[in-house]
Amino acid sequence: MFLCLLIICLGGSAVMGGVYLITYEPIAAAQAAKVNQALSQVLPEFDNMPVELAYDLEIDGRKVTVYPATRDSVFAGAAIEAVTTKGFGGPIKVMVGFLPDGTIFNTAILSHAETPGLGDKMDPRKSDFSLQFNGKNPKTFRLAVKKDGGQVDAITAATISSRAFCDVVDLAYKAFIQLIQKGSEQ
Amino acid sequence: MNRLKIITNGIIKGNPTFVLVLGMCPTLGTTTSAANGMGMGLATTFVLMLSNLVISLISGVVPSKVRIPSFVVVIAVFVTVVQLVMQAYVPALYETLGLFIPLIVVNCIVLGRAEAYASKNRPLDSFLDGLGSGLGFTLSLTTLGAIRELLGSGAFFGWKVIPGDAMLVFILAPGAFLALGYLMVLFNKIKKA
Repeated sequence: MFLCLLIICLGGSAVMGGVYLITYEPIAAAQAAKVNQALSQVLPEFDNMPVELAYDLEIDGRKVTVYPATRDSVFAGAAIEAVTTKGFGGPIKVMVGFLPDGTIFNTAILSHAETPGLGDKMDPRKSDFSLQFNGKNPKTFRLAVKKDGGQVDAITAATISSRAFCDVVDLAYKAFIQLIQKGSEQ
Repeated sequence: MNRLKIITNGIIKGNPTFVLVLGMCPTLGTTTSAANGMGMGLATTFVLMLSNLVISLISGVVPSKVRIPSFVVVIAVFVTVVQLVMQAYVPALYETLGLFIPLIVVNCIVLGRAEAYASKNRPLDSFLDGLGSGLGFTLSLTTLGAIRELLGSGAFFGWKVIPGDAMLVFILAPGAFLALGYLMVLFNKIKKA
């Protein structure tokens, strides 16, 4: 009885191990391609490899990943990958690109589980919601929906998703400020 | 002819969704669009066919005390294979189906067919039974997904056919129940006639 179960488990592990080895590289490639595609969207022109320079930061106990970009060896901005759990349908993972002065260059949504037809309008392919952040500097632009006294036009009938998006961009901005301060101290 | 009957049995007489009403969680959860429903259905079909085949092959040597654990291990192996392959070659689909792929392990259709059919029948018949049930599941999910997508976002397989806003409720959970209920009535009415 035990022997039989053992043999089945061993056989099963062998199959899974084999498939894991075969798919390991394509999976890594697919994920890297996704990050690189997001980076090229949210950052101005750069000629280094931000993925190789990526490091993690902790802001208010939340982890963010920083991708610094340079052009001709001059700091050209940074992309910050951050997650918020304030979404309506689950965590929202966003990449925000900043210019050296803190202006938002562009944003890209890496993953979300917002309601199709409502909250998923934060995706730039579905509505212009996320485009209103582009070119704004959070120093002067209040990152909150108008209902909360901010300057962001919320998605109709998806205030929670809009708030979550503001929250994650705000987190990314805090990370960027910390990054700039560290940079100027050095 | 007999073999063909095994397949059609899974599609019409023993349709997993509309007749047996099994696997409701992925049915309601993944059918927000026709393509998602179809992807989920095909992934389940793949698992059903191979797990039925393997379970039928090993059922003679597995003692009945560890029957269910062995079946679960076999099913879990194939689900993991599907998950890894999807993640590697169709990352976009993997992202939308996400959580529901690992949940195929506990989909009652898979274990149900293993227990009720594959453990008592010959490998080829079991394989065909898996194919039939899988196709039945895929067709049901694609139909449900297509109707919800058409009513909820005015599109068909991602192509916008009705301009403007549609009845959003059909994309949300209540619409899933509504659409499923009416489809079930219709299917059983047609089946009886």
